[in-house]
Amino acid sequence: MDSEAREERRSARERRATVRRVRRTYFRGVGLPYLLLAPQLLVTALFFFWPAGQAVYQSFLREDAFGLSSQFVGFENFIDVLGDADWRAAAARTAVFSLSVAALALSAALFLAVQADKHIRGAGAYRTLLIWPYAVAPAIAAVLWLFMVHPDIGLFGRALNALGVPWDYKLNGNQALLVVILASAWKQVSYNFIFFLAGLQGIPKPVLEAAAIDGAGPVRRFWTVVFPLLSPTAFFLLVVNLVYACFDTFGVIHALTQGGPGKSTETLIYRAYTDGVSNLNLGSSAAQSVILMILVIALTVVQFRFVEKKVHY
Amino acid sequence: MTVAAEALAGRSARRRVRETVVTHVCLVIGVLIFAFPIYLALIGSTHTSGTIGRGDVPLLPGPDAVANYAQAWGIGGGRFMGVPAGGMLLNSLLMASLIAVGKIAISLTSAYAIAFFRFPGRMVFFWLIFITLMLPVEVRIIPTFQVMVSLGMTNSMAGLVIPLIASATATLLFRQFFLTIPDEYVEAAKIDGAGPVRFFFDVLLPLSRTNIAALFVILFIYGWNQYLWPLLIVNDRSLETIVVGLTKMIGSGDAQNEWNVIMATAVLAMVPPVGVVLLMQRWFVRGLTETEK
Repeated sequence: MDSEAREERRSARERRATVRRVRRTYFRGVGLPYLLLAPQLLVTALFFFWPAGQAVYQSFLREDAFGLSSQFVGFENFIDVLGDADWRAAAARTAVFSLSVAALALSAALFLAVQADKHIRGAGAYRTLLIWPYAVAPAIAAVLWLFMVHPDIGLFGRALNALGVPWDYKLNGNQALLVVILASAWKQVSYNFIFFLAGLQGIPKPVLEAAAIDGAGPVRRFWTVVFPLLSPTAFFLLVVNLVYACFDTFGVIHALTQGGPGKSTETLIYRAYTDGVSNLNLGSSAAQSVILMILVIALTVVQFRFVEKKVHY
Repeated sequence: MTVAAEALAGRSARRRVRETVVTHVCLVIGVLIFAFPIYLALIGSTHTSGTIGRGDVPLLPGPDAVANYAQAWGIGGGRFMGVPAGGMLLNSLLMASLIAVGKIAISLTSAYAIAFFRFPGRMVFFWLIFITLMLPVEVRIIPTFQVMVSLGMTNSMAGLVIPLIASATATLLFRQFFLTIPDEYVEAAKIDGAGPVRFFFDVLLPLSRTNIAALFVILFIYGWNQYLWPLLIVNDRSLETIVVGLTKMIGSGDAQNEWNVIMATAVLAMVPPVGVVLLMQRWFVRGLTETEK
């Protein structure tokens, strides 16, 4: 290879390197980097890949009644789970629950963020007061809501009953689902608010001024200029909220309703938990875990593809 | 100015005032919706259990705050008498701090290896760490629990903390930040004869201070708010964390519960994470919007 071509290739590589911000100068040594990576990799291998592999492996096995031997049953566990009417009901319930939580938490947060982004007195104080519920654990949010809507001791629960509305979330499944949705959404609004506010502050002011000079009113400005520019944030948040509603709300449900009354607030994650812990049905629980993993992976892939393309409409 | 123009200016000024008022009203309502449940918990923690159990929920503070908080802190209450909040708070504090520090430490070193060294398998390791982003602990809870049993790590602080300290997000954040550090720094260190360990402690750590602070807030709250994992791993009461302990006090939610003590415990459980958010608000907001993107 002649030196000119080599030079050419090198400079091309360097140009690429600066664009992709790849380091040119490295430290020497092989042992040290492996040592530096070791703790992270060890934890990841022990507590991520081993259990995930275990779940996949077990999902293809079935134990006999005494747990003494197990045999390979192919996709039978999956077919059983997917064909189970209770599981499918839980899946449908999870979809309704997650979409309601995401819709409520996103719209409330966007509305408040637009208000808090305006130039008004006390804007900083409002922001602080809307941000702090981020720190409240889902299970504690559930306790706070329980204290408000309890039919005997809750302020609102009693008020509803006094007004003649038969209210008891411990007996009425729809009311239980409503309370769980409200408590879960309440807790998530501040997270969304922080991101929407950051997104709004990132919109260049001249764009908005130009729209105002062109005679667009505030509502029109929001829908034609602000909202499209916020759409990458909104999409990112939608995925995060769905993942939150599917998995992190375990604490809300466990503290408030334990999946009841009946099965009216049992989501997929709650079901996987009860099947594995209380019912000790390992093959079925493993198959459920694998299905949930596929769901999360799908959501994450969708998120990365879209965020990379920057959803603008 | 003509009369028409003056009228126009007056109208737009009035419109601006009206808009400002509407904005304030909306924000006040929003703030109230978020503050009210907490306010009610605070009020509940200042009355006797009898007052609450009868259903006469007052809207103003009562005289029993000291007694309730003393009972919650030292004795406990509810159906599981005898789990004092003091000990549970200490467990939560230890767990949350260890998770945050552990995550930051192992993410810093692995991001350093990936960003500043070239060695065989670098990208494979990067992707192995990255992929864990897709597996929240809730999804693989039962198989992870089985692993914990095989390793004999249930019912221990190590079992509570170690499985949660792997962090793809923190590693990605630090790697992203390290890539913005100019090559000249590395070259200068090499000329001065500083090795990679010295460079890490003398250059990289001081430069990463704000990122570390921001991450600490987020990870501390993440650790504090853990629920399903401690619920599954720990049944030894001396290791009970406050969030799980609180919901155990409620049981099935009878009106006869000692709600005054439960609400005092709930308030105590919220003070540390809320305090951290309020005190470190600026770092926290920056850290959050940067890590998760």
